Amino acid sequence: MKELILGLVTGVLFGALLQQGRVLRYEKQVGAMLFKDLTILKFMLSAIIVGMIGINLLADLGVIALNVKGAVVGANLIGGILFGIGWAVAGYCPGTSVGAIGEGRWHALWAVLGMLVGAAVYAEAYPALKSTVLTWGDLGKVTLASVTGINHWVWIVLLSAGFIALFAWFEKKKL
Amino acid sequence: MNAKWRPYLAGALAGVLAVLSVVVSTQLLGSGKYLGASTTFARAAGLVEQQVAPEHVANNAYFTRTKVKVDWQMMVVAGILLGAFAASRLDGSFKLESVPPVWSDRFGSKIGVRAIGAFLGGVVSMFGARMAGGCPSGHGLSGLMQLSISGFIAMAGFFGAGVVVANLMYRKGGAK
Repeated sequence: MKELILGLVTGVLFGALLQQGRVLRYEKQVGAMLFKDLTILKFMLSAIIVGMIGINLLADLGVIALNVKGAVVGANLIGGILFGIGWAVAGYCPGTSVGAIGEGRWHALWAVLGMLVGAAVYAEAYPALKSTVLTWGDLGKVTLASVTGINHWVWIVLLSAGFIALFAWFEKKKL
Repeated sequence: MNAKWRPYLAGALAGVLAVLSVVVSTQLLGSGKYLGASTTFARAAGLVEQQVAPEHVANNAYFTRTKVKVDWQMMVVAGILLGAFAASRLDGSFKLESVPPVWSDRFGSKIGVRAIGAFLGGVVSMFGARMAGGCPSGHGLSGLMQLSISGFIAMAGFFGAGVVVANLMYRKGGAK
């Protein structure tokens, strides 16, 4: 029960922030893919800078544990490409689709229904994928730091600086 | 809020929320919960399927691995809907919309056409997200925060394919 209440509170706050960031809109999602309006990139990269510093700091202090998803190059890449194709057509990713409905953009409901069907189809295909795509290029739970042997804080500083430079460029180009 | 700073500020606060979520869940639940959304769609599909074919779900290898249940993340996804509703009502940006304006400029305002497009897009995107092991929340936000290689690969796929398809859909005419 505690788990469910905590999830709900976290979700309400996340939904409010997604809404206030104006990332729940079809035109913002597609706008980013057309390089016309990079609102969702600004939102994501800002969240990543703050989260990257906070998560790694607390993990170094032993307060929390990292939970890195295993890298399987074939599955991550092919799945990622399929996701991108569907994302462009639907105009929403899973989290933003439900948020868009909350904001009154009820046409996102069609995307949500499609996503439920897509998940069901995946469950049927899973046995066949398990021995093929899901094993192609299995690297284990690797990070930029573990793969390169360079300290994670070097990467955090470099990525943060890179993202901030991108922000400056976005603003200059009025994207 | 100043429109220019809005996505940066809301994004940075979402970063704070992501960190707090892991800290609080570690303290209260004994395991750190990282933001994500797409696993919920698999669990929810399983819950629906259970109503019509419980044995089929029980025997499915994927649902044996990804348990069909209401969990923390499913409540997050439900919360996103509520939070977006509350926030948009509070600042007056809530608006009922049956077809996105950008879509109707290009493909017309028929609800059925948009419904078919969004539905098919949803099917393909979720199939891909499950194969990739996450969506822009799980791989994009939570993955990149931890510098996960899987997150970088998946995000390259998400945006790479998204850019190509969106440009094929909108570049020729229509779009402003």
